[in-house]
Order: sequence, then structure tokens, then C-alpha cells
Amino acid sequence: MADRPIRILIAKPGLDGHDRGAKIIARALRDGGFEVIYTGLHQTPEMIAEAAVQEDVDAVGLSILSGAHMTLFPAIIDLMESKGLTGVKVFGGGIIPEEDAESLKSKGVSEIFTPGASTQDIVDWAREHISGN
Amino acid sequence: MTAPARKAPPPERRFTTISDMEIEAVYGPADIADSEYDEDIGNPGEYPFTRGAYPTMYRGKLWTMRQFAGFGTPEDTNKRFHYLLGQGQTGLSTAFDMPTLMGYDADHERSLGEVGREGVSVSSLADMEILFDGIRLDQVTTSMTVNCSASILLAMYFALAEKQGVSLEKVGGTIQNDMLKEFTAQKEWISPPRPSVRVIVDMIEYCAEHAPRWHPVSISGYHIREAGSTAVQELAFTLGDGICYVQAAIERGLDVDSFAPRLSFFFNVHNDFLEEIAKFRAARRMWAKIMRERFGAKNPRSWLLRTHAQTAGCSLTAQQPLNNVARVAIQALAAVLGGTNSLHTNSMDETLALPSEPAVLAALRTQQIIAEETGVINTADPLGGSYAIEALTDRLEREAFEYIDKIDELGGMIAAIDEGFPQREIAEASYHFQQQLDSGEKIMVGVNDYVTEEEISLELLRIPQDVERRQVERVRAHKAARTASAVEEGLRAVRDAAAVDRNLMPPMIDAVKAGCTVGEISDIFRDVFGVYRDPALV
Repeated sequence: MADRPIRILIAKPGLDGHDRGAKIIARALRDGGFEVIYTGLHQTPEMIAEAAVQEDVDAVGLSILSGAHMTLFPAIIDLMESKGLTGVKVFGGGIIPEEDAESLKSKGVSEIFTPGASTQDIVDWAREHISGN
Repeated sequence: MTAPARKAPPPERRFTTISDMEIEAVYGPADIADSEYDEDIGNPGEYPFTRGAYPTMYRGKLWTMRQFAGFGTPEDTNKRFHYLLGQGQTGLSTAFDMPTLMGYDADHERSLGEVGREGVSVSSLADMEILFDGIRLDQVTTSMTVNCSASILLAMYFALAEKQGVSLEKVGGTIQNDMLKEFTAQKEWISPPRPSVRVIVDMIEYCAEHAPRWHPVSISGYHIREAGSTAVQELAFTLGDGICYVQAAIERGLDVDSFAPRLSFFFNVHNDFLEEIAKFRAARRMWAKIMRERFGAKNPRSWLLRTHAQTAGCSLTAQQPLNNVARVAIQALAAVLGGTNSLHTNSMDETLALPSEPAVLAALRTQQIIAEETGVINTADPLGGSYAIEALTDRLEREAFEYIDKIDELGGMIAAIDEGFPQREIAEASYHFQQQLDSGEKIMVGVNDYVTEEEISLELLRIPQDVERRQVERVRAHKAARTASAVEEGLRAVRDAAAVDRNLMPPMIDAVKAGCTVGEISDIFRDVFGVYRDPALV
């Protein structure tokens, strides 16, 4: 198991189509040596949790810019827990105000990246915090 | 005449535009030697309109100051509309929330958490009536930013005009309704490209006949640029989308001059001042050539590219947000020097939230300062004839036409989208720019240089949590109060027209009057036309 590359699901929950960030992160993580699966847009929490199971990932990165993060992030974490994905780290990015980010972290989100974060910061964070199953 | 000296730049420093186009140290007569004034540049208001759409430009008519607004309930946005009109804004521009934009009612499970967040929630004609309460539709022009559900929202707007006793001939405005750029950039869709274009042609046809002051499509580069394209790609893919719509309408049997004068455009205006001014000038010249030479349009108004512009949201920074006021002012000035016909200036707080009232006011005042204080409106195209501007205009045009040739080779824009060509080109450019930022080759002030420790102290607009609950209750009450048989009949007529290629607008106007909702009509599209899925290209 230790030899397999670390797998990360990059997912776009919600109805908005702002995928510039998600695609850049997916590519930067891939260039950084991770195996990346990108879900595409307009995913429901159920679709994302199911993809995390099917793809046997080590972490899930959520990108959301529609303002629905306070509803969708906790919904995804709850569903992942109910599917037994307790060791899978969840991180996220988007237009997320500081106080919302704090609240999401208390609900189980490992890290939130906001506008201006460099891809290197995110790759470095992933190397430090995500380990294989 | 001798050419100005060009010294090779030191190897470590490249001088490029934000689109990574290399720029000469000095431009001179040799750079525009191939350009004939009458043929390639022309006076303002004359073919090929490089110097502007109208002979006296802003002396004759200032650009329309049109701030995009929408959040919360229809009541919330109606209040913002009245505020903006009271502050001297000259046109309305509506932002809808994600469920409305994607064809879901507020009470749909996919709308959970999204109602009223990114714009105003509109599920039925009853919501539309509240949104425009106290506003006569023959007294304002309205822009509605909506695409895959645009036909439904336009049907509501026209039904509302009828309710107010305003003839459709007097209703003026624009609906974005540009689905092709959705597949490449903004990514709001219901059905695949071909049926989506069919609905757009229905709207072009209906408006040409019944609503002659309405612009049924706003062919948009804005979102293409926001998705990370270069300036050349923005030009090429936008005009490429325009070519596809014109071709489709001609294939429907419409005379090009019957609809082309009502096509309008919407471009981004980014930080690179000279490149942006050149882009607007190139866009007008390219469209004039396309319409006259490629499509044989005879009416000069069909050759004319009229455009709205919006300052680049993606250029703004969450860090040191007051700096955004400076960025927006510079971008707005570029749009004006490029000859835009309408303008939205972004608010300083838009990387953090929807704009607050004071932030919107500063953005509107920026336009008013350009119009009233800077003097740039006194003369048309003041930068025309500048070696650098003319050379850049030529170059952007040349490179954009190379892309359009490539799209033609692929079989047109729909085939190009099916193949993922524009999507990949944009994603490449976007990743390239991010790498330049990460390496420090490009600087964003306050983000990767000139960084300061700070506490953001702006007062942000907050959407109350109960907005969603109130809208959901309202939609449920609306659905319960309708006459079931009229709703069924309305939906059946829309379904029939969709299935047999009959123009959808008349039955849709009837259906929304009977109380049919955005979600119910969108479900018919899903059923009859199918559902498009993101190809998820990385």
C-alpha cells in the first residue's frame, strides 16, 4: 500500500461554474506527484461522497465560489462519515470569509485556502498533511 | 524616416502584456506601414469602426452606466435598483442566483444553500413582478444576465410588460443568452450545445418580429477572460461564438439584416491598459469585416459591434482591497478609451462578498469621475494613430483571426466545443498565468509582492440565513395557489413546441402567465433536449 501514489479527489459541489481554481489546483497537485481525480462541475454532496469511496482517495479538495459553503461542506463531511471515510482529509477553497473558515474547521475541514494562495502553498500543505491509506 | 532604435532587453526580463504577448520597446511608422487609414482604421462611426461606433462618440451619448445588482429576495434587489436609479445610474442590470441561472426553483433540493446568495431568486412571474415593482418597463432599459434559463426569464419580462400595459415595441434591454460561452467558460447549462443554440435562434427570431428594441443575445467574452483566457482568445472565441449564432439564424431562414443590428457584445476589461484599448478597437474592426464580408450584411448597423464592458473580477484581490479601487479606475478608463458603449465597474469588495452599498457607490462614482472630470470624452478615439495602439490592434486582430480559422477547420464553434478545443486553450492560458504568478514573473500587488500584514476592515454585505426559507415558502405557496389545469396546459404547449421545432417564445409567455415556474419549464428542456454533463477536462 505504501508504494501507491497518494490519491486526491478535487470536487466542485454546488451549482456555480467557477472551475478555474479547481482545475489549476488539480493540475498543480498532479504536477506535484499526486494522483488527482477531478469530478467536474455541479456535483451533489452524495455524488462527491460516492466518488470518494469509488476512487479510494486519501483526501478530498472542495472548491466552491457560490456562497453555499456553509451548507454544502458539512453535508459532504457527514455523508463521508456515514460511508466510513473517517481517515480521508477534507480541504477546501473559494470565496470563504475568515469567520466561516473557522467554523468549517471546527466541523472537520482540515484547511481552507482563500484567494491569493499560491499553488505551491497548497502542494506543500498536501505533502505535509495527506498520507496514504 | 529612420526607425527608432530597438535595444535588446536584458535577457532576464521579458516585457509582456498580462496575456504574455511580447511588446516592443518602441513602436514607429514601420510597425503600421501596412495600414491604410480609410480602409483599415476609418473615422469614428464609419466602416470598419476601429475608432468607435459613432461619429462623435461620447459627445453624442455617454456610455450607459449599468451596475450589475442582485441578491436575496426580489424585495431586496428591488430596493437596490431604486437606490441605484436614485444615484444617477442610467440602466438596470440583474444578477440572478445560481438556482435561477441553472433552471431550478428555490424549493428544489439542488437549490439548498444557494437561494439568494449569488444573485436574486426568481422562480415565477410573481417574483419578477416584485423585482420590478415601481419601475415602468418603458422607462428603463434592463440587462438580464442569464443564459440556459434565459428564454424563461425573458418570457416573464415580456409578460410583465404586458401586465403593466407596456407594448413590447417599447421594451428595451439585453438578455445575455450566450450559451456557447457557457460551455467554454461560465459553465451554466441545462442541455447540450445544439438544442441550446436552437432556443437562442427562437429568441432572436421572436425579438426581431415583436420586440425590436430588445437585444436577444449579448455575445460575451467577459467570462472567457475570467476563466483565464488571453486577450486574443477572448476576442477569438467571442467573435467565433457570434459567427455561430449568425450562421444558425441564417440557416433558420432569417435575413441577416433583420436581426444583426440587435446583436450586442460584452467584453472584459482587464489590467493591461494598452492591450485592452487595442482589444476593443480590434473587436469592432473584426466584427465589421465578418458581417460585411463573410455574411454579406448590407445594413451598416449590422456591421457595428456595440458592447458592454465590465472591469475584470479576476484582477481584484482579497488582499488590501482598497487597491481594487485603483485597478477598477484604470480598467474603466481603458474601456472608455477603447470606446465601450456601456460599462459596469466592479466594487472593491467583490473578492470577499457581493458588493455592499458604499462599495457599489464608489464604483459608480468612478465612472462619473471619468465622464465628468477627466476630459477623455471630449474627443473620439483619442489614442487612434498611436503607433503602439495601432500596431497592437493589428496584432490582436491577426492572432484572433488565426484562432477563428482554426475553429472553422474544426467545423465551427459547436464542433470545436465538442472536441474541447476552446476549453483546453483557456485552461492552458490560465495555468500558465498562475505559474507566472507563482514564479514571480508576473506581479499582483499585495498578493505576491508588496505584501502587508492586515486585518480586512470592510463592512461586507451579508445575506441573512432566512432568505432561503422565505423564498422556499413563497414558491410553495405560489405553486399551491395556481389553477392546475392552466399550469398543465401551459407546460404541455411548451413541450409540444420544443419537440417539433416550433418557436418556443409564444407558448413560454403563456406558460409563465399561467404561473409555470423556471424549474418546471427547465424540466421540459431536460426531458426533450437532454442534459449536458461537464466533460471535466483538466
